[in-house]
Amino acid sequence: MLEGYLPILVFLGVGTFIGAAAIAIGFILGPHRPDSEKLSPYECGFEAFEDTRMKFDVRYYLVAILFIIFDLEIAFLFPWAVVLAEIGIVGLMAMAVFLGILVVGFIYEWKKGALEWE
Amino acid sequence: MTFEKFLFYFFAAMVIFAGLMLITRRNPVYSALFLVLAFFNAAGLWMLMEAEFLAITLVLVYVGAVMVLFLFVVMMLDINVAEMKPGCFITYLPVGILIALTMVVEMVMVVGPNHFGLDIYASPVPHAPGYSNTGELGSMLYTIYMYPFEIAAVILLVAIVAAIGLTLRRRPDTKSQNPSKQVLVKRDDRLRVVKMPSESKMELK
Amino acid sequence: MEAITNFLVSFPTEFPVLWILVRIVVIVLPLMLAVAYFTYAERKIIGYMQVRLGPNRVGPKGWLQPIADAVKLMFKEIIIPSGANKFLFVLAPMLALGPALAAWAVLPFDDGMVLTDINAGLLYILALTSVAVYGVIIAGWVSNSKYAFLGAIRSAAQIVSYEIAMGFALVGVLVAAGSLNLSDIVRAQEGGLLHWFWLPLLPLFVIYFISGVAETNRAPFDVAEGESEIVAGFHVEYSGMTFAVFFLAEYANMILISALTALMFLGGWLSPFQGSFMESWFTWVPGIIWFFLKILIFGFLFLWFRATFPRYRYDQIMRLGWKVFIPITIVWILVVAVAVVYKFPIWFD
Repeated sequence: MLEGYLPILVFLGVGTFIGAAAIAIGFILGPHRPDSEKLSPYECGFEAFEDTRMKFDVRYYLVAILFIIFDLEIAFLFPWAVVLAEIGIVGLMAMAVFLGILVVGFIYEWKKGALEWE
Repeated sequence: MTFEKFLFYFFAAMVIFAGLMLITRRNPVYSALFLVLAFFNAAGLWMLMEAEFLAITLVLVYVGAVMVLFLFVVMMLDINVAEMKPGCFITYLPVGILIALTMVVEMVMVVGPNHFGLDIYASPVPHAPGYSNTGELGSMLYTIYMYPFEIAAVILLVAIVAAIGLTLRRRPDTKSQNPSKQVLVKRDDRLRVVKMPSESKMELK
Repeated sequence: MEAITNFLVSFPTEFPVLWILVRIVVIVLPLMLAVAYFTYAERKIIGYMQVRLGPNRVGPKGWLQPIADAVKLMFKEIIIPSGANKFLFVLAPMLALGPALAAWAVLPFDDGMVLTDINAGLLYILALTSVAVYGVIIAGWVSNSKYAFLGAIRSAAQIVSYEIAMGFALVGVLVAAGSLNLSDIVRAQEGGLLHWFWLPLLPLFVIYFISGVAETNRAPFDVAEGESEIVAGFHVEYSGMTFAVFFLAEYANMILISALTALMFLGGWLSPFQGSFMESWFTWVPGIIWFFLKILIFGFLFLWFRATFPRYRYDQIMRLGWKVFIPITIVWILVVAVAVVYKFPIWFD
């Protein structure tokens, strides 16, 4: 089984190498004439008004947390989907209950307005 | 040394290296990124044990989801790295050592040589190329272990409720449109035609 | 000494790394060429859709335009903004490109024509897609620029939202095919146009492709770049080849999404005339040609979308992902599951 993953390891290496090689070519062929104005962060020609790190709407965190939960749900669905034909109606019921419980959560977040972006 | 062993030592060394960098970096963003590196190499280790489903799920869930949240939080924190003094390191050192020692003792108790090792567990037999441990997992999880599986759903439900309870804030000051209200609005809601008696001509003084 | 010889000998001999490398190059070189000419096709096609000519100066009919662009970018200065960590700044575009390429390791071009036929192929693809977001996040953070940071946060939230819809759609395909292996998924669609999964999984098919457009940050979901509001989003500080690598990653991802949609919903290498009276007329067409034709359909759709649709507003994007796609996919997964358990003809018997 492991020999099937060797090409993937090699491919990941090749993928990284291609990116690295392209950037290396850019560094070798391109000019290097930095000055402080050129290296300053772009802000439509102004001096930077304030620090880059700013407070963000808490909704972004909420999206990330909800994403983790749903991602886990997907991870649970994968093995189920593969064996569904074998475990039949028992598996179907098990997953129906599982999804049912999570749909309750989904309805809760919907009704609470956690999915609204104003 | 076989190629597999080489890979094992490579991944293991990378996990330890990433772990060390993780706890020694001052900037939390770098720490988080080293944690990602550690997860990748741990996935490599699991893959060497032929646990393909677990290995890929580790990347999918931890690298793809959990660490994205960590990075969100850590990147948006308004931390000025230069201001953090090394002084607090000494303050927390005794507590840290205590926790570390507890962890070491616990780990020795669980994975110590008495409970773990080749003479107790036979080394796993390599599986044929067609073997799918996703399928094996599925045929157990949704039948024999159905009860813990449903409990997992309840835990996830609690997590949803908790996340919303902790982070959801209504912002009264936002100005948002409501399309259905906009469409349903009638002329009478917006416009008032007032009948007034016409005024008599003012006299010029 | 003995240890070293042992090590070299135990290098997987029946599957030499060199042979793997050769096959990877055979996949990657045409892919890079396809990416280059995809950018040309985009400019030409959108040009014609907007009654313009598109690039037509470099070479006959502008055929050498992508090459000229690449050469130009090579000779441009790579500017690394002050205050940016150089290593991370350069790593970010590589992280964006790597997964887009590495996913091709498990894609079957024809029956048996695949680099590695692993069992967990689809899971591997989903994991790689979820890793691709790091390029965007790191680029936005390390650039130390407000526009880049805004773009990165927006883009990351958008990508993760649509990844859920995408994951659910994949689960639907899995239920229908009963395997994580991409070749098996294609084989499960054997039997002609009406047996392909686009029909029984129609809602998932549409949702998967639209989520794919959103995942690649393409128009009409390109608020991450939003050139009219946050200039270029997460890669505003990137120039020269570092920008080129981001660009390559975006187009490679588009081709990847097109290929995946073709494999999972349009029967990959299978001929559309299978089972009909026209089957014998087309037996000479190799499967890989059908596969490429199907990729072209979706590639064209990507470009057509960009030429046609105005950009969505951010709240509309999030509403579409969370309130429309996720409920539909959950319902359809259960529908498909019931159909599979009760062996609903003609697809699941």
